Amino acid sequence: MAHVPFEYGLFLAAALFLIGLVGVLVRRNLIFVLASIEIMLNAAGLAFVVAGSRWGRADGQVMFIFILAMAASEVAVGLALALLFRRMFGSLDIDEASRMRG
Amino acid sequence: MTVVFYIAGVVAVIATLLVITRRNTIHALLYLIVSLFAVAVVFYTLGAPFVAALEVIVYAGAIVVLFLFTVMLLNIGRESEAEERRRVRPVAWIGPSILAAVLLVELAVAVASGATAQVGARAVEPREVGVALYGPYAIGVELASTLLLAALIGARHLGQRQHEHDIGELAGAGVAAAGPQGGGPDAGGPAGGPADEAGEKAPAEEPEPALVGDEEPEAAPRTTRFWRKDEP
Repeated sequence: MAHVPFEYGLFLAAALFLIGLVGVLVRRNLIFVLASIEIMLNAAGLAFVVAGSRWGRADGQVMFIFILAMAASEVAVGLALALLFRRMFGSLDIDEASRMRG
Repeated sequence: MTVVFYIAGVVAVIATLLVITRRNTIHALLYLIVSLFAVAVVFYTLGAPFVAALEVIVYAGAIVVLFLFTVMLLNIGRESEAEERRRVRPVAWIGPSILAAVLLVELAVAVASGATAQVGARAVEPREVGVALYGPYAIGVELASTLLLAALIGARHLGQRQHEHDIGELAGAGVAAAGPQGGGPDAGGPAGGPADEAGEKAPAEEPEPALVGDEEPEAAPRTTRFWRKDEP
């Protein structure tokens, strides 16, 4: 087993989360936005696992499993919305959705 | 194993940076797989082998493959790449990157000021995870299954809507086309009987409400036609 300081694990999780956040803020393609959200959820799960490993408890991994289920359901609905979005607007640019059509 | 953690962490950060900077969707998703594998290695080094396996199976194996299926279904090609190049200018990266860097430094300072502790000193076996999952967290498992069912129904509904709409339009057009031809004689038979009976009864009794309802659709077009004749 690795013996790394607790802070480094949390730092890695924070770095991954913020990279995902930058991806959500910058990218305009809906697929990239969904992938960035996946990165952020994965980073949150990493923080849970690091914290669970810090105290040698299983709760962190249980929380990761719940996050996994949530990410899977989120990506299923999100990609169905992406298909619908492409059909409606002919593009995956999320700025297209700022136009309202009565 | 400690060195493995650092190498995997660096690989994860670099691969994730490449994910959000690629213009080609397929390349980005392949880098995302690399990033998730690196995180799985991190999980393993931290003494969480069960979660490492789940990361590979569910994240890299199911979720990213779902992304790839969608990308191929959407037929994203060169034009999407060119549009992305046009939409996302390099200037757009500056603001979010600065804000994220500031947050990262703040978080690093906040975490480093706490008490130092070693992580990954003890491996948490899958058996312990299972006992916790079906012991105190059993209600969470139920809720997660409900969430997955809701996502299943929602994804099916969203994917089906346009199809049903097409079918509805086709059925509507079919009914509209068959209405005057097929519906006319069928509707005329029963309607003729009561109308004849009503014609006999009408002088003697008050007109029935159903009779008025039958007459109105015929009367309305005539009036509009007369109006159109009179107006010019």
